[in-house]
Amino acid sequence: MSTIDSSLPKMVEPQSSASMQVPDASGRFGDFGGRYVPETLTRALDELVVEYQKARNDPDFQAELDELLHRFVGRPSPLYHAKRLSGLIGGAQIWLKREDLNHTGAHKINNTLGQALLTLRMKKTRVIAETGAGQHGVASATACAHFGLPCVVYMGAEDVRRQKPNVFSMRLMGAEVRPVESGSKTLRDAVNEAMRDWMSSVEHTHYIIGSVIGPHPFPQMVRDFQSVIGKECREQCLSSIGRLPDAIVACVGGGSNAAGMFYPFIQDTSVRLIGVEAGGRGAQSGEHASPLTFGSPGVLHGSYSYVMQDDDGQTSDVHSISAGLDYPGVGPEHSYWKDTHRVEYTSCRDDEALGAFDLLARNEGILTALETCHALAKAAEIAKTMSRDEHLVICLSGRGDKDAAELARLRGQQW
Amino acid sequence: MTAIDDLFAKLRASGKKAFMPFVTAGDPNMAFTSKVITRLQELGCSMAEVGFPYSDPIADGPVIQASYTRALGNKLKLQQIFDQIQTDKANWSMPLVAMVSYAIIHRQGPESFIMAAKQAGFCGAIVPDLLVEESPKMSSLCRKHDFNLIQLVTPTTPPDRALRIAEASSGFLYFVSVTGITGERTQLPEGLVDRVGWLKARTSLPICIGFGISTPEHVRLLAPVSDGLIVGSAIVRCLESASSSEEQALQNAGQLVSSLLAALET
Repeated sequence: MSTIDSSLPKMVEPQSSASMQVPDASGRFGDFGGRYVPETLTRALDELVVEYQKARNDPDFQAELDELLHRFVGRPSPLYHAKRLSGLIGGAQIWLKREDLNHTGAHKINNTLGQALLTLRMKKTRVIAETGAGQHGVASATACAHFGLPCVVYMGAEDVRRQKPNVFSMRLMGAEVRPVESGSKTLRDAVNEAMRDWMSSVEHTHYIIGSVIGPHPFPQMVRDFQSVIGKECREQCLSSIGRLPDAIVACVGGGSNAAGMFYPFIQDTSVRLIGVEAGGRGAQSGEHASPLTFGSPGVLHGSYSYVMQDDDGQTSDVHSISAGLDYPGVGPEHSYWKDTHRVEYTSCRDDEALGAFDLLARNEGILTALETCHALAKAAEIAKTMSRDEHLVICLSGRGDKDAAELARLRGQQW
Repeated sequence: MTAIDDLFAKLRASGKKAFMPFVTAGDPNMAFTSKVITRLQELGCSMAEVGFPYSDPIADGPVIQASYTRALGNKLKLQQIFDQIQTDKANWSMPLVAMVSYAIIHRQGPESFIMAAKQAGFCGAIVPDLLVEESPKMSSLCRKHDFNLIQLVTPTTPPDRALRIAEASSGFLYFVSVTGITGERTQLPEGLVDRVGWLKARTSLPICIGFGISTPEHVRLLAPVSDGLIVGSAIVRCLESASSSEEQALQNAGQLVSSLLAALET
């Protein structure tokens, strides 16, 4: 799985039927998506569909969100030509879409501000969120502090351990972090616990889901809020390169940064889109978190999508060095893009991701989130197979400061 | 007509109510689950709901979730549930209903699941994460195999939607008492009796109330307005100690069930 360059066909003339007009009214991206949740949540989800549609068509909502994204988050994020890295790899010109430079250090804030605004419109008075790497937790805590909403963040106890700086940041901004001790104590268990909270609190609480997962309308709504990445990137490519890029690479856990980056390019079939999942320690079940690469369609956390599961439909344990990718499911639109062959999916091992961290740190002076390092590692391999006048964009979804302590631990160094 | 339809026809004719305990399959093993079902029948329960352990239950509170974790921790497989129920079903005259996540049903294929469950001895299924919008295919397969698909109505369900769900349900309608997850409550929400009564006047389908019911007071309050009551977490909690002493666990659960049944009679 480390030799993606030879195994992936280059899509010169992609024969993809992927549409941008998804999901349908029932939340389906082709066969995927839908809504598999207890009846208790239906009314809130229906309300959310209505309120979100109203907000989408309300110029005031868009203007308020745009203003926040500009002055509070610092958008547009730069598209940076990594010349030194490009030269070192000796293939395509590599461009970095710098979501790591956003306020709170990742793309997650694009979504939480949008959903926090919706929370206010729905007159709900409390926010809950789940988090893996803590980036979505921090972005939720930030949006809630900004608007004065109480915020509870569910986080797997294992992730609380490996992402301490983010836990501290959330608490500094007044959020309550609740460690989840059940199951594998990671992102999947945090989602379960947040859903259970929502089952009891749904009448006054909004659940800000952090990725393109969950029941309809979350996959669509989170994709739309994150699409600012791809829209900006498309314009920036046209002005900086003078044309669209040849390839775009993004990491995929639940898949929100990738969905936001890819979606505005779906109909630009000359652009290769490549999603990189967590390959962990190897291809055996339990050693990785790559449902699109090794899983099968099933139901998890409210939608139908690729998932790591056993013969009985029980969710399998997964592993990734990065808390944000350590998840057995993936957003339904990614499953749709996989089956329509619009996006190529591959996976990257822990050790390859760690190597990519050093590559960017030492040659460009950028500390990258371990999640994003998965995209970096595969992008470097792909760039090598391309010519110098071709252009490859990497979605640099998050900064790596949060991983410093975990990296030191993994390397047996003092922190 | 399934055994569930027969049961409610008989109960209604005699003015009685159903008492339906929930038991987690395979906690800690299927042989014990069979013993529990036998004991529940001896005590006079009308029907039993068998919970199929699932790795990611979002409608369940800590007690049932923990029982699922214990069962799956002991490597319980779906086939073991079916095999044990099929082996022992001759001992039971009361109907059994499966409480099972759609994740499990989808993996088997809905029709294969229904056929396997029916062959094992289940009369129907409650699928807590299959909304009425997503259920037409499963519904028609259930009809084809004379297997009940029991749907749920909750306090957050708008009235017109509740009627639609009742229309789509078969066997009985599961009325969830609280906005929340399974688990014992000291108090049940205000207005519950009225909401059940409103729906009962508009459907001929039997209505059973579940979630949060754990005391004789709850039973006395809700029995008159419903066709039956479902008790889960309170029983599962009594059975938690089964791995150290099966007899003690059975005795604890038996005492609780007897007290609730006695309240149902009064």
